[in-house]
Amino acid sequence: MTKNSGVSIDKTLFDWPSDSPHLKGSKCSDCEAVTFPTQDGCPRCCGTNMEKIPLNTKGTLWSWTVQGFLPKSPPYAGPETLENFKPYGVGYIELDGQVRVESRLTESDPEKLEIGMPMELVFHKFIEDEEGNDVIAFAFAPIDGE
Amino acid sequence: MTDVAIIGIGIHPFGRTEGVSGQDQGIYAAREALKDAGVDWSDLEFAYGGSAAAGAADSMVSKMGLTGLQFINVANGCATGGSALQSAYMAIKSGAFDIGIAVGFDKHERGAFRVDSPDWYGKTGLALTTQFFGMKIQKYMSDYGISDDTLIKVAEKAFRNGSLNPKAWRKQPLSYDEIKNSPMLSHPLRKYQFCSPAEGGAAIIMCKASMAKKYTSTPLYLKAAVVRTRRYGSFEVFTKGQAIDQAESPTVDASKAAYEMAGVGPEDIDVAQLQDTEAGAEIMHMSENGLCKDGDQEEMIQTGATEITGNLPVNTDGGCIANGEPIGASGLRQVHEICIQLRGEGEKRQAPGDLRTGYSHVYGAPGLSAVTIIQR
Ligand SMILES: [Zn+2]
Repeated sequence: MTKNSGVSIDKTLFDWPSDSPHLKGSKCSDCEAVTFPTQDGCPRCCGTNMEKIPLNTKGTLWSWTVQGFLPKSPPYAGPETLENFKPYGVGYIELDGQVRVESRLTESDPEKLEIGMPMELVFHKFIEDEEGNDVIAFAFAPIDGE
Repeated sequence: MTDVAIIGIGIHPFGRTEGVSGQDQGIYAAREALKDAGVDWSDLEFAYGGSAAAGAADSMVSKMGLTGLQFINVANGCATGGSALQSAYMAIKSGAFDIGIAVGFDKHERGAFRVDSPDWYGKTGLALTTQFFGMKIQKYMSDYGISDDTLIKVAEKAFRNGSLNPKAWRKQPLSYDEIKNSPMLSHPLRKYQFCSPAEGGAAIIMCKASMAKKYTSTPLYLKAAVVRTRRYGSFEVFTKGQAIDQAESPTVDASKAAYEMAGVGPEDIDVAQLQDTEAGAEIMHMSENGLCKDGDQEEMIQTGATEITGNLPVNTDGGCIANGEPIGASGLRQVHEICIQLRGEGEKRQAPGDLRTGYSHVYGAPGLSAVTIIQR
């Protein structure tokens, strides 16, 4: 997969392709609350002065779990079958000073997941759409060597 | 303002009842409650009813009797039953009505709740309530030293209590090893530590307190019924981006308001029903409801404090884990069980001693809690 192929699973979350891929959030100009995804109204002060900001691409794991069974479809659109399903990690990544983002993790081994570990944003092909385009989704991966 | 008395309770067995619609399970529960109170359907002035997956509750009037009563459908996620009860409580408390019923029923498909989330969140496999519960207890265990062993013991208690309850779904006790070796659904939670969607019905008849002795020599009094929703920063199911500034859960808010309304404190609670969507939820809800400090659960559960014979029996009927969760009925089942315990009608699962004050708590998506306090 190259940066020039594929389409974003949802353009309100991130643009793809992009020279500096990142998740989009919004920040309240009045009280500085940060949201993910973006939204028009502030969930903290109830104001409406939200501006779009790029979210940090690195953070720490706040909590995690491992999805152990194939989710019902719909809504799940992943390519797995009951036979080849492999559990996947899910967690909240705390982006310093911004917000905790819920995300799939590239790691699914409970022995290798630990609250507080450093993580970074990655993008991967999730499925193909009807036109044969790669549909790109985001995930967080442990940062090697830390 | 007038006080509110509970004069009749009814329940349809929870679990799977082939060939009986959700509505018919609600009707069964309503008729049981009428019999218990010694009143007729035509005596009731109002009803609040809820069902999430089994049709509009108010359509039950065509079978119960077309008496013209005020019937309002309630839909409030997992707290639907608790919300129906709260609405009935307010209807009497305000003086608008003298007598009425809160009723709930449901009939869900098998397997985990299917969530209507056609966007990226559902597509990529994040729209599962089970993941939220796994992550919440994972964090809590790390922060407050709760062990995996304690999580297993909570589930073991649920099935043991369920085996003593003829109306429960799961009537077979499960061993520690059977729970421990069941498939990991959402680490650290295993299959037999989760409740499942199910079927069932429950109903509670209330009247103004000054009328209660007309119907029963042993009325119970609904001292508080409170519903609260999430505030900014509380960690809730289906939160895609969670605020770093953490706030207390809606359970904490509902609990504090209920204690104040009832004029009692956590030390007065003799028996409790706490939302146990899974074993971890029961543990966290003990502290969120003020019944212990964060982390105290480890010792309490290890020493049997929450068993039927302990000093704070929790989920004496087996809770959601042994009864399943028919959304419309679940919160009313909890109230039903508190009434059973306060009346001393629990038979094999009766908590010993002079029980005077009971507490029930339901929590659910998308972040709301309902709490009631009932006294003899
Ligand atoms: Zn704001």
